[in-house]
Amino acid sequence: MVTNAASFGRSGVHDFILLRASGVILACYSIFLIGFIACSAPLTFEIWQGLFSTLPMKVFTLLALIALLIHAWIGVWQVLTDYVPNTALRGVLQFIFVVTALSYLAAGIVIVWGV
Amino acid sequence: MELSEQNVKKQRPVHLDLHKIRFPATAIASILHRISGVIMLFAIGILLWLLNSSLTSAEGFASVQSLFDNLLMKFILWGILTALGYHLFGGIRHLIMDTGRWEELTSGIASAKALFVIALVFSVVVGIWIW
Repeated sequence: MVTNAASFGRSGVHDFILLRASGVILACYSIFLIGFIACSAPLTFEIWQGLFSTLPMKVFTLLALIALLIHAWIGVWQVLTDYVPNTALRGVLQFIFVVTALSYLAAGIVIVWGV
Repeated sequence: MELSEQNVKKQRPVHLDLHKIRFPATAIASILHRISGVIMLFAIGILLWLLNSSLTSAEGFASVQSLFDNLLMKFILWGILTALGYHLFGGIRHLIMDTGRWEELTSGIASAKALFVIALVFSVVVGIWIW
């Protein structure tokens, strides 16, 4: 069996499921946040901070960033394996993108922690 | 004549006319999904930076709001939301295709074209909302 060591899941089927599950979470988060901003116009600091100070919103935000890490990891792997045939370059690019997504998660934890 | 020999001798195009070759709508839908995804991976960095500033203090929130008076920032936000809209609607199309629908050539092309229209309408609506 050919294993895809650079991807997130342990198999193609695992990747397939993870990509869709994380996509659904990201869709829900995006729709909720755009809907919230659109419905609470004019948006004030009190409303905005009040939203992110609640535990469910903190969990939702971190859940979305974890989903982003998984979704971007698999998505970038799919794009890079198609367009970058050079293994060394592909490995470097995959590393950069995954570290970026991981940094987003770390930043997100710090941001919602303090609210 | 052998079947394989017939295949070799039948009429084939002698060259590919690159000016006449067009990507089908499904291929354009696919590549745009990839491009919009990669764009958003960079965009999340900007959005997290804005989220951090807007949540730390009332002054930070006001500074983020005044940032969007800038035409360039409006344009960047509009671009991010356009990419998000396209990727989101394209993702929903993918989920529907996972259930076995829209997998034929005609339905696949039709759903790809419908995606372009929906994403375009979303982009225009978001543009009006921002400005």
